[in-house]
Amino acid sequence: MAADLLAAPAARRDTRRPARGRVPAGVLLALLFIALTVVVVAFPGLFTSKGPLAADPLNVFQAPGAHHWLGTDELGRDVFSRTLYGARYSLYIGVAATAISVTVGVMAGLTAGLGGKVTDEVVARLLDVIASFPGILLAVVMITIVGRGIPTLIFALGLWSVPRYARIVRAETQVVRESGYVEQALTFGLSRGTLIWRHVLPHAVRSIPILATMGLGFSILYASSLSFLGLGAQPPSPEWGAMLSDGRNYVENAWWISVFPGIAIVAVVLAVTTVGRYLQRRLDNRDLI
Amino acid sequence: MSTVEAEGAAAAAAAPDEGRRRGRLAVAQAVARRLIGALLVLWAAATAAFLAVYAAPGNTAYILLGTSERSPQAVAAVTAQWHLDRPLVTQYVDYVTGLLHGNFGTSYALNAPVAQVIFSQLGPSLQLALAGAVVAVGLALLSSVATAGRPWPSKIANAVEVVLVSLPEFWVAILLLFGISFRLGWFPIAGAYGFPSLVLPALALGLGICGMLSQLLRNGIELSLEEPYSLTARARGVSDLSLRLRHSVRHAALPVIHLTGYIVGGLLGGVVIVEQVFSRPGIGQTTLNAVNSKDLPVVLGVALLGSFAYVVISTIVDILAFLIDPRLRFANRRL
Repeated sequence: MAADLLAAPAARRDTRRPARGRVPAGVLLALLFIALTVVVVAFPGLFTSKGPLAADPLNVFQAPGAHHWLGTDELGRDVFSRTLYGARYSLYIGVAATAISVTVGVMAGLTAGLGGKVTDEVVARLLDVIASFPGILLAVVMITIVGRGIPTLIFALGLWSVPRYARIVRAETQVVRESGYVEQALTFGLSRGTLIWRHVLPHAVRSIPILATMGLGFSILYASSLSFLGLGAQPPSPEWGAMLSDGRNYVENAWWISVFPGIAIVAVVLAVTTVGRYLQRRLDNRDLI
Repeated sequence: MSTVEAEGAAAAAAAPDEGRRRGRLAVAQAVARRLIGALLVLWAAATAAFLAVYAAPGNTAYILLGTSERSPQAVAAVTAQWHLDRPLVTQYVDYVTGLLHGNFGTSYALNAPVAQVIFSQLGPSLQLALAGAVVAVGLALLSSVATAGRPWPSKIANAVEVVLVSLPEFWVAILLLFGISFRLGWFPIAGAYGFPSLVLPALALGLGICGMLSQLLRNGIELSLEEPYSLTARARGVSDLSLRLRHSVRHAALPVIHLTGYIVGGLLGGVVIVEQVFSRPGIGQTTLNAVNSKDLPVVLGVALLGSFAYVVISTIVDILAFLIDPRLRFANRRL
């Protein structure tokens, strides 16, 4: 009994979490930035009249100024316009990869959690195998086999994140399966399908949107890294990683080509992660009540 | 399985030696289970690599010959030389036995054993990964111990760390290279010549991981500082710094230790990227060259090596944690 009393404070929750119903200013700022990014992705023409691929041989390596807000690159292309159009690649790759990994991950997790002992063991080991490869190397292998390009990149990033979602869903499913309310629902004579759809799934996937938000940030980060290595989006396209890969050759004379796409990556990843962390804290808080 | 525990307790009461023997047996069983699991994962990873070569599009004989010559005689000769005509099962058994002997196959492009290609380049990369780990762990310890439980410093440090986690390694590398090597000239611009050329790459590699570790450690230290044992230690006259270093860090380190495998994976992937920016020789260059020449055996060798490193290190860490922390042992026995 004494041990239980001593252990009690360890289970106490962190009390410094934000009060319910009040969204911190940082999170609002992040949401605003994400909304702005979505508008830029949909209508880049609203913000710039210059094309992302329009070369201008007379105006190469122009420093940032009134005419070219963020300067021009080695072919005289406008860095501001290229950075805006680059948001399309990052968001497209990130969202598509996350969609793949969430779909496959939830299905794999449910299969493992609801299936028999053998199914569970096989799925869990397969997830271990995927997780054992360093993500970048997993992507590099797939690119060597299938060839470069954005579809391969999306698929590789998607596969890499499957274990992250599947493991959570598997664990949650096992918890729900053992719980009293599923047992009670069974006594009502519900069919297996209804039981899973109505009672197991909603509980098992409740933390998935949060994990997916954080996962989106990582996908965007690694997509730009692989494009930087020349394994994703290819050079003429204004993908941020690919722009940095070109720009770093001129970093001594034209720092702006390498600095602004990097700031764009950090800003988007930071905004997405901030929202994800806030949602995570909210969920932890809800557990308390 | 609580009956087992009850039996164990009863046996322990009857004969202390018997109870201890059962306890050791349970530990041995748990360790054996973990080892078997690790071996299964390694075997499955090797099988996946074999299937990847088999399923890769394009005729392997054509890839080996390149575009120069595709006469039937040449194709037949290459097929025979590389044993491509043997049954799939035989090729698979050969591949797995080869792996057990440290034979990762033969490079398509360099016509040399993959193991030789990789291991000749491993030195500088291991140095960099190790230096990155030192930067990450060192800075994370410093930041978390200094700021935990202090409202403003911990807020500022936390904000910095959130940014660090969101920074792409290659961009940090470019900025460091530009700002410190080019402008200030403090460190060499490229290559791998001793300690000075290691500083900036290690920073670029370690800062992101440091951000993550530091947040985890700080959270753990803050929780530990609120524990009754911290109050007791303070009442005994233990100084604040000593309390943090001797008790809180240990408490906070446990969850971090279980992330070792994840950190190793991050370091191995990061090495490929950072080496590229700093033009360092190593695994990164080898891998990217292999991708460019479609040299699948080398790419798979690097990936398999990464997977092996991950599995071996995380297994060792799990077993050590299990042996060191009695709480895990009891939790496991109840399963």
